[in-house]
Amino acid sequence: MIRESMIMKIHYATALGSVALVVIHVLFRLTQNFHDSLKFDNVITNYSLLPYSILLELILILISIHGFNGLRVILLELNQGQKYETIITYGCLASMIALITYGSRTILMTSMGMI
Amino acid sequence: MAAIKIHEENDQNVKSIAADIKPKNKILFKITKFNPHVDTHMKYVDYDVEYEHWNTVLDALLMIKHKVDPSLALRYSCRQASCGSCGMMINDKPSLACFTKINELGSDVVKIEPMSNFPILRDLAVDFTQMFNTHKKLKPYIIRSDSEISQSNEIKEFSQDPDSVEKYIQFANCIKCGLCNSACPTMATDSSFMGPQALTQAYRYVSDDRDKGKNTRLKIIDERHGIWRCHFAGSCSKVCPKGVDPAMGIQFLRSYLLGFRD
Ligand code: SF4
Ligand code: FES
Repeated sequence: MIRESMIMKIHYATALGSVALVVIHVLFRLTQNFHDSLKFDNVITNYSLLPYSILLELILILISIHGFNGLRVILLELNQGQKYETIITYGCLASMIALITYGSRTILMTSMGMI
Repeated sequence: MAAIKIHEENDQNVKSIAADIKPKNKILFKITKFNPHVDTHMKYVDYDVEYEHWNTVLDALLMIKHKVDPSLALRYSCRQASCGSCGMMINDKPSLACFTKINELGSDVVKIEPMSNFPILRDLAVDFTQMFNTHKKLKPYIIRSDSEISQSNEIKEFSQDPDSVEKYIQFANCIKCGLCNSACPTMATDSSFMGPQALTQAYRYVSDDRDKGKNTRLKIIDERHGIWRCHFAGSCSKVCPKGVDPAMGIQFLRSYLLGFRD
């Protein structure tokens, strides 16, 4: 079983990483006026840019790991018990993998021009 | 004439001393009564208490116990903030009853409840079993293979310089009163959390350079309901009557696991 200190190091690192990447993501909005940047065509165009797609993928992974671990911690502090804790731990892990998979599929399909 | 004058002066002295001695103050004590084997919920019982300005909350409680309600259950021993027995909620704050003066509370009503985050045995007495078990689990003693007493019965001292003592002495002042655990917001919801009391004692021994059990203890605290569940709310340090500062001890301990110390 992975030690709690390792999980928390990942938790802190993903928090710092996401903040840095989200700042870059937000700065991209400033390349045109904010309203235009959120138009459907402009958003789709962003995905065709490989570095930008990689940035979005990284944000997705970091925030999913951080968010679901945060949720696990909150739920563990809310209630205790062997069975409950096992369900919460594996439930959060499975949800995280599902979200990353679904998000990656969207990023991949969009960047390949399938949407 | 002279004799009368002396008498007048004495009279004035008597009056001014009498003016200094204030009549007894009165205050209302609202005390929780609860027997988990009989009662379904807690109730408050009111007691009017007369007190002098030097009286502590424990004095008043003992006065009530001896003169009005002998059934009132509370725990105490030293009456001088040394044994850690008399922790309770005084006006919603975890405090030692023997270390809290009534007139310093600045209120007309004193609400007394058992410490939160502990199972209630009866009235104001709570069960310390879990806290002491966790404390024991973290091995609160010097761990090393050699001993101060050799096989030939020679005694050698594990000496320390003042700087080494300085590193842990503040944390060695803990009297195991449990006020920090009572104030801790994580303990309120996570019944398996080790708590500030035990974690701080783990740091007290880890930071003692005579001790060789650092890795053993770090392994024990590095679990699901261990040190990582501390959110650094700091309420433990705010209520600690001995200035131990458990919140700081926990952060120092955490820095070993994060690799900032070795
Ligand atoms: S750290 Fe302070 S509040 Fe906590 S048990 Fe020790 S003396 Fe009491
Ligand atoms: S009676 Fe000992 S600490 Fe209060």
